[in-house]
Amino acid sequence: MAKRIEVSGLNAYYGGFLAVEDVSMTIEPRSVTAFIGPSGCGKSTFLRTLNRMHEVIPGARVDGKVMLDDQDLYGDKVDPVAVRRVVGMVFQRPNPFPTMSIYDNVAAGLKLNGVKGKSELDGIVETSLKGANLWNEVKDRLPKPGAGLSGGQQQRLCIARAIAVQPQVLLMDEPCSALDPISTLAIEDLIAQLKSQYTIVIVTHNMQQAARVSDRTAFFNIAGTGKPGKLIELDETSKIFTNPTEKATEDYITGRFG
Amino acid sequence: MSVLTAKTGQAIPETSLGRKLKDRTVLIAVYVAFALAVIPLVSVLYKVISEGVQVISADFLTRSMNGIGGRDAGGGVYHSIVGTLEQVALASAMSIPIAVLTAVYLVEYGQGKRLAKTISFFVDVMTGIPSIVAGLFVLAFWILVLGFEVSGFAGALALGVLMIPTVVRSAEEMLKLVPNELREASYALGVPRWRTVMKVVLPTAFTGIVTGIMLAVARVMGETAPLLLTIWVTKVINFNAFQGAQSSLPTYIWEQASDPNQVAVARAWGAALTLIFIIMVLNIGARLLARRTSIR
Repeated sequence: MAKRIEVSGLNAYYGGFLAVEDVSMTIEPRSVTAFIGPSGCGKSTFLRTLNRMHEVIPGARVDGKVMLDDQDLYGDKVDPVAVRRVVGMVFQRPNPFPTMSIYDNVAAGLKLNGVKGKSELDGIVETSLKGANLWNEVKDRLPKPGAGLSGGQQQRLCIARAIAVQPQVLLMDEPCSALDPISTLAIEDLIAQLKSQYTIVIVTHNMQQAARVSDRTAFFNIAGTGKPGKLIELDETSKIFTNPTEKATEDYITGRFG
Repeated sequence: MSVLTAKTGQAIPETSLGRKLKDRTVLIAVYVAFALAVIPLVSVLYKVISEGVQVISADFLTRSMNGIGGRDAGGGVYHSIVGTLEQVALASAMSIPIAVLTAVYLVEYGQGKRLAKTISFFVDVMTGIPSIVAGLFVLAFWILVLGFEVSGFAGALALGVLMIPTVVRSAEEMLKLVPNELREASYALGVPRWRTVMKVVLPTAFTGIVTGIMLAVARVMGETAPLLLTIWVTKVINFNAFQGAQSSLPTYIWEQASDPNQVAVARAWGAALTLIFIIMVLNIGARLLARRTSIR
């Protein structure tokens, strides 16, 4: 299921503003890649270019290449909607659909894409909720609203919703920043399980989290306000946190700035 | 200055007389304002109900004015109820889809585009149209230029013109309240934009949109001027909104109230109460519908 992502020479713009400049990297399948860096350095923007969510914002555009195995996500004939079915996403703030039940939230991606069979849906909802470690907590109240769950449960519900459409890649944009430490731990455990099946990319402000969950870490930085964000280095997590090649990375990791 | 120099061990000062006085004054002002706002509302309701119940009977609700002269007692509003319900239903059927889709365009697709700004401007202009102008427009265009006859449908056209801007505005505000995160969550699942609008955005805003529609319906149900020009007046029951003059509750009230006879004026009160009652029932119905569709 998991696929490798190869990015080359990618620039992301908001209108005339260059937010991310010239990023090239390879993201390995069945592993967790963490993006770290100070606020405004473009890591979330870059993440959103990987499933073409960036261009949802009016005026935003991208140039460069993002290869998912051997397919260019920005190819002329590629439908962005189809890209997002293959590259799923979990957001910073849990955002279950307020009008839908827990069941319908998980089934949303399938139902809205035309899967109708009740037994098929039941099966996928159960596996997805189990996959998100939420099944035992909600199996008795599937018809209740998803917005009634706690923040941590809602976030796992959103993860269940994202994996229900069976993507190849899962992008997570600071998935734990709105959660308490216990829920964070639950999500981190889940990430460790999910990486056997998916390519996972996670943006985080928490360096301990990056060190705990990721196999490889990418450090982004900006030269100053109004300047574009750049990829400084990408390496094995253990190397980034113990012996980074770049001085800027070391300064950031050791807390000398940022 | 004593507060600034408060020393340790000093008690928290009591609320000063000045503050108590201000608190009282504002509180009284708020109550008085509320009472003033409620007086006209309650007195209108009281008058309509107390006068109306004397007239309303099964007979009054199930008979038309056919064959009843101005001075005769009896007669009823059945033909007007039929007219009002048909005209408002037709107006709603025509204008609600147009208005809601316009709002969807403005919020979901048109952001920042010149077309959207133009539409928005004209919707604002339409909001300010006096209702009689809408009636004149239909009279001039539909009846005089295109040559269609006076009918309930012509009235519905005029009412529709009045409904569109209010529904667009309220639906637009409701759609804007839907958090962008929900749209993004849906896009990220690989759901196309139109389905996101249909299955995520509109259901989330549903209750608010229904409330806005109900306000618009209630407003046009009481419109008299545009109907006088477009449906004419009749004393008989006409079920066909597409042919011939039709009655309606507001024009009936106007007609009866301008008759100097006591029996006619009484009928006007009865019709007024009937109209208020119908609007109330529709309102409650819409609320129940909105509540049933939201899960809990």
